[in-house]
Amino acid sequence: MTEKYNMPDERGHFGPYGGIFVAETLIPPIQELNAAYQQYLKDPDFIAELDADLKYYVGRPSPLYHAERWSRELGGAQIYLKREDLNHTGSHKINNTVGQALLAKRMGKTRIIAETGAGQHGVATATVAARLGLECVVYMGAVDVARQSLNVYRMKLLGATVVAVESGSKTLKDALNEALRDWVTNVDNTFYIIGTVAGPHPYPAMVRDFQAIIGREAKQQCLEATGRLPDALVACVGGGSNAIGLFHPFIEDSSVKLYGVEAAGDGVATGRHSAPLCAGRPGVLHGNRTYLMADDDGEIIETHSISAGLDYPGVGPEHAWLKDTGRAQYANITDTEALEGFYALTRSEGIIPALESSHAMAYTMKLAPTMGKDEIIIVNLSGRGDKDMQTMAKREGIEL
Amino acid sequence: MSRLAATFAELAQNGRKALIPFVTAGDPNPHFTVPLMHAMVAAGVDVIELGVPFSDPMADGPVIQRASERALAHKMSLRRTLEVAAEFRKTNQTTPLVLMGYLNPIEAMTYEGFANAAQRADIDGVLTVDLPPEEGAECTALLKARGIDPIFLLAPNSSSERVQKMDAAGSGYIYYVSLKGVTGAGHLNIADVEHKLQQIRANTQLPIAIGFGVKDADTANAIAHLGDGVVIGSALISKIEAHLDDPELAQNEIIALLTSIRQTLDSTQQTVGEL
Repeated sequence: MTEKYNMPDERGHFGPYGGIFVAETLIPPIQELNAAYQQYLKDPDFIAELDADLKYYVGRPSPLYHAERWSRELGGAQIYLKREDLNHTGSHKINNTVGQALLAKRMGKTRIIAETGAGQHGVATATVAARLGLECVVYMGAVDVARQSLNVYRMKLLGATVVAVESGSKTLKDALNEALRDWVTNVDNTFYIIGTVAGPHPYPAMVRDFQAIIGREAKQQCLEATGRLPDALVACVGGGSNAIGLFHPFIEDSSVKLYGVEAAGDGVATGRHSAPLCAGRPGVLHGNRTYLMADDDGEIIETHSISAGLDYPGVGPEHAWLKDTGRAQYANITDTEALEGFYALTRSEGIIPALESSHAMAYTMKLAPTMGKDEIIIVNLSGRGDKDMQTMAKREGIEL
Repeated sequence: MSRLAATFAELAQNGRKALIPFVTAGDPNPHFTVPLMHAMVAAGVDVIELGVPFSDPMADGPVIQRASERALAHKMSLRRTLEVAAEFRKTNQTTPLVLMGYLNPIEAMTYEGFANAAQRADIDGVLTVDLPPEEGAECTALLKARGIDPIFLLAPNSSSERVQKMDAAGSGYIYYVSLKGVTGAGHLNIADVEHKLQQIRANTQLPIAIGFGVKDADTANAIAHLGDGVVIGSALISKIEAHLDDPELAQNEIIALLTSIRQTLDSTQQTVGEL
């Protein structure tokens, strides 16, 4: 029933995906990062420090919560929520930034840069930078700065410089471009904390390894609570870090179905979406080969999603591989459906999910009724909705 | 011998340095590029680097990013850039032409489809910014089989091992990125370039063209003499951007700048030892 899984290969390939596709100036820092990562991954002192930070600073383990009322309402599988929303800073992003910041410190880097979409990764990065006394610059698309102003304020409060990126579509992909430009210019003292399982190797594997604590805990908690493995896992996928974090420890458990949920925006058929796995094609962007939203000429096309954190034209290369091999399945949820998920969880369980996580909730509302009452779904509640209050209030015509 | 190899060999024989302009195909509009290319040849350039517009030019500074955006607004693409090249070739069969861009438009055509199309357009070299030799074996082999030189970048932080890798994988010339940064950056240090060139020369016989951060005739002259040629891009494209309402004036200013660089390069060739 289990098959050994040990992706990627040593050059960062997940089958045809992943790899290192960057300009020459970035090759030396990537090699340096990879060497440091391989070294500290096996260093007991590093692991001990990381574990202590995750426990006392992040607040792990995050609970696995049985959403009994919501499960009953949907009338199917038992739904368990992995409560990453309860982490310090309000999302799963901190798991990775704590890890990468410890690496940066050990590598002697004095300056941290990051890209952010919804601002959750930016906040998580600004947070660890403040704690370690490192200079921090966060790149954020100008469109996202406007729609996530609360997080912009949080980052500034934490001492970070937030740069509004005005190029291209002014969203997450352009923030990533600008962060890469910064890195190329300041390679000597700067550590680039990428927030998702994309970018050149070793980022997809490294971010996954830092996020895999989600799935390791969930597995143990599920066994403790129910005495068995779950039947299905559900997580939203933008770049895909919360999904990989949950999925990875279960990949060899073939009885566990894996469902990634992309943002369909106005609907995949309209072309206004952010669902490269469902409706894109393989290509190369931001250092790796993966599924992309691109036109026939290979130009990246603008994406759309109500959630800034999913508004990205690529996806982590490991998801591309899991899709092609059939190990994971990828669905998509429209803006409208995501809002239904948002309200449903809020009202049934008293938990306000982030708009990103709301996509996973909406898919769960479709999936759970198709399953038996003795079956188990674990849904990754990757972030809390506080950051989206302005967006939601505005949609309801309320001025805060 | 490829056009690029022949050009650099002839320049070396005459003690001259290559002047290599970079312009983005289709900037500010698709009709501007071919006449500009011919005018640049008349002004004495030796090789032309033709930028392929890309939506996400990660290694480029704001000037070339905006050039890409202007070209893309006119639906310029890799395929249409090849058409520009073919059009130029109708009346010029001697000046080497190098395509410079990013990998994804090539992926969209497939490597073989692109290599065939580049051969039909009589392209001499292809520089793909985000395709290092480790990932580029397949594409590089297809280009070489068609007599097209794959051109690779080296950077200030490249090790001797990397230089040897580029020497093995590339041909035509090596493009040395003279600073840690994006195109058009403003912190070029001539002494650093001079020092680095010694390490590169020790590991490759390929000609070295130096670019990124070349602002004017003086910097162009100073770094050209450290290598075998100089690439100037952002400074030219700034002229286009300054005169978007008057492309003719933009072209005149580009030609004036290239003419002055050409004269400076040629007049100082004898006194390089005193620099």
